[in-house]
Amino acid sequence: MLWTSWDPWREIQRLQDELNRVFSGIATTGRAYYAQGAPGINIWASENDAIVTTEIPGVDPKDIDISVTGDALTIKGSRAEEKPDKNVIWHRRERVHGNFVRTVHLPFSVDSSKVEANYNAGILKITLPRAEADKPRKISVRTAD
Amino acid sequence: MADKEKQIKIKKDEARPATFVERTRDRKTFVPAVDIYETNDDIVILADLPGATEKSVNITLEKDLLTLEASLEPEAHEGYNMVYSEFETGDYYRAFNLSEEINRDKIEAKMKNGVLRLSLPKAEPAKARKIEVKAE
Repeated sequence: MLWTSWDPWREIQRLQDELNRVFSGIATTGRAYYAQGAPGINIWASENDAIVTTEIPGVDPKDIDISVTGDALTIKGSRAEEKPDKNVIWHRRERVHGNFVRTVHLPFSVDSSKVEANYNAGILKITLPRAEADKPRKISVRTAD
Repeated sequence: MADKEKQIKIKKDEARPATFVERTRDRKTFVPAVDIYETNDDIVILADLPGATEKSVNITLEKDLLTLEASLEPEAHEGYNMVYSEFETGDYYRAFNLSEEINRDKIEAKMKNGVLRLSLPKAEPAKARKIEVKAE
């Protein structure tokens, strides 16, 4: 199952998760988005750059593909399946494997040549500097006299 | 950068009240997704603990109660404002009742790329043994 961009059904699913969390003793949402096909994304922004973090534990960094066009960031990847011998008995099988795609729109255009990505402890952190052309310019107001 | 697989020490038989203990921390606690499978020789548990390292994960086995815990610092980036959020960070907690006798000396726990791999070898008498049937 692949998710791209915004999807109303996904939003409904999120609401459902949020309600489940409220009515259950221990929170399960937030961490559980992976189970719905795509990892959750957090975006942090400052005046000059943005930080995007996503939780993709157990993914080989070689299988992560990041691309930026304008203000759109696309993260593609795949997580390998755990393949034990055929004659094992499964007690739980909650972890999801397979391909995922997410595209998010950032608050500004990005200088794609300066994007940096770091994968540590299952968390992907992408730093995206704002494009020079997109930076706000201060305009001084002159008086007529 | 990929993490190297790292070993985790396991606390055994640490005193713990029998009932579920509620924690009082100012953070959310999440239930990590797990895969558990059983082979003839051992039980393997894989748990997704993004953000956790071999230092922050705590594994306890008391009798047949296996507890996984990890405490994480909340995500924060100085000088940045959060503009969009789909996931939250917090601690992890999950406990299992193991049905098999476990050989405590041979338990192995490894952490790689935010995934915990716990291998619990079965104790000898619990192993399934094939019994030969002889003809008389």
